[in-house]
Amino acid sequence: MATSPYLPTEKFARWRKFKSSAVTAVLVVCALAVIAPLFLVIYFLLVHGSSSIDWNFFTQLPKPTGENGGGMANAIVGTMALLAMASIVGVPLGVLGGIYLAEYGSDRANDWLRFAADVLNGVPSIVWGMVVYLILVVPFKTFSAYAGGVALGLMMVPLVMRTTEEVLILVPQSYREAALALGVARWKVIMVIVVRTALKGIATGVIVALARIAGETAPLLFTALGNNFWNHNLKEPIAALPLQIFAYAISPYDDWHRQAWAGALVLMGLILALNITVRVLSRDRKHNH
Amino acid sequence: MSTLPETPSVRVASDQARTLQTPQQAPTAGLPVESEEVAFDIRNFSLWYGQRQALNDVSIKIPARKVTAIIGPSGCGKSTFLRALNRMHELTPGTRLEGSLKHFGSDLYGPGIEAVSIRRRVGMVFQKSNPFPTMSIAENVLVGLRLNGVRDKAILQERLEKSLRMAALWEEVKEHLNRPGTSLSGGQQQRLCIARSLAVQPETLLMDEPCSALDPLATAKIEELIQTLRQEYTVVIVTHNMQQAARCSDRTAFFYMGKLIEFGNTRNMFTNPSNPQTEAYVSGRFG
Repeated sequence: MATSPYLPTEKFARWRKFKSSAVTAVLVVCALAVIAPLFLVIYFLLVHGSSSIDWNFFTQLPKPTGENGGGMANAIVGTMALLAMASIVGVPLGVLGGIYLAEYGSDRANDWLRFAADVLNGVPSIVWGMVVYLILVVPFKTFSAYAGGVALGLMMVPLVMRTTEEVLILVPQSYREAALALGVARWKVIMVIVVRTALKGIATGVIVALARIAGETAPLLFTALGNNFWNHNLKEPIAALPLQIFAYAISPYDDWHRQAWAGALVLMGLILALNITVRVLSRDRKHNH
Repeated sequence: MSTLPETPSVRVASDQARTLQTPQQAPTAGLPVESEEVAFDIRNFSLWYGQRQALNDVSIKIPARKVTAIIGPSGCGKSTFLRALNRMHELTPGTRLEGSLKHFGSDLYGPGIEAVSIRRRVGMVFQKSNPFPTMSIAENVLVGLRLNGVRDKAILQERLEKSLRMAALWEEVKEHLNRPGTSLSGGQQQRLCIARSLAVQPETLLMDEPCSALDPLATAKIEELIQTLRQEYTVVIVTHNMQQAARCSDRTAFFYMGKLIEFGNTRNMFTNPSNPQTEAYVSGRFG
């Protein structure tokens, strides 16, 4: 029998293989546990929500109490309007702040800015709602779509700022040097060459932030308030999917419960679509480099 | 743009420099006794990165419309020297310098002088080709002009063709100017970067090891191109490759440990250097 000091005894080998497969099994279970909630969410939303999704759901206003049917057309449009307003507030502030962090700030100033952004990122969303309530609702004596948009937009700022900073830092220094060596002023180099090179990454960051805030309910409770009708004036309360879901889910009517599930399914679909857009954008970016 | 009106006065200054310097041109060791225009007149130039001194009391007169090669072992300060000529070193925080640096008679570091206006006259080509990835070939060439406010389509078109022709790239790319700059081969990309530098019409072109990432064929093309450039431009080229310095330069400066050891006609430098350190370096005994 050929013996080698490197050949393990049979007993030792069996024990070692057992340990190896045990560890693998634990890790596989954990990995499954991570993605299982996503499938649970999608499963329940489909089971309870899909039956109530029809053409009317996307085209009609909510029906008065006691009447069956109707839809959430105003809430869907309202959520889109709120996201658009949030972008108007959050994207310029976040992107310009990120440009400052990546290109201009001193180490000291950046430390403070990043710390502030991280704290802002952790501010509970209900607190945003309360702050904006004091700033924009109380003085104007009305809940408004504007207030809702600002509250969501402020939540976007730290997210957009940090991702913008990260993608700008990834732009190779050699592009900045090449442009500067042409005698181009520094701000133009940054705005035209560096930002343009990182544009896809910045867009990705913005969409991630939008997906993050699209489902926020708390900041809208004291600002956009909700509305059972079409909003024709952004100075007045506006409907939003999460608010409508909340209102319907706590109601005593079965039909409204079903609509709440349907609204949740639509909201989830929107967020999923945003995330898929991010995937496609990031894949293109990898191809380019 | 704010710096364009300067150009005429600069030319006058350079003319003055020429007439003033002609009589006092001393026959230094290794330099010919002919009168020639000086592109860079550098005296007692020292540069520090924080505490570390990178250049030590360098004095050199780089001639106009000639190719000057800068050689020396890694870390000898040759790239630092080159980057100081159009103030690119200022991107590195914590640098400090002393001495006088003049480009065609006007001070590079005088009070109120902006790096932006210097870089418009002193262009730079880098070791690694770096065309802007979001831009087509044409956009890459014209970006410097566009960002400096040139809108006239006829001028842009003319500069596009002229710059690409000077960079010996026109025939290869004229059919597909709208393709991305990054779709070209490595050697073509480097020539595209040269065209991009030429498009803003600098007087001087600095090249920081422009061929070190290229294969021998692409290198030969760039060297050939440098020969044509010298008819109109002052070229200063940093190179690790001594054969390259010997092949394509008129003058060679040898730097070692932050000091200019020897500067002279390339042929003399390589066949009959007066300094033993230069002799040791060019014959491959160190570095």
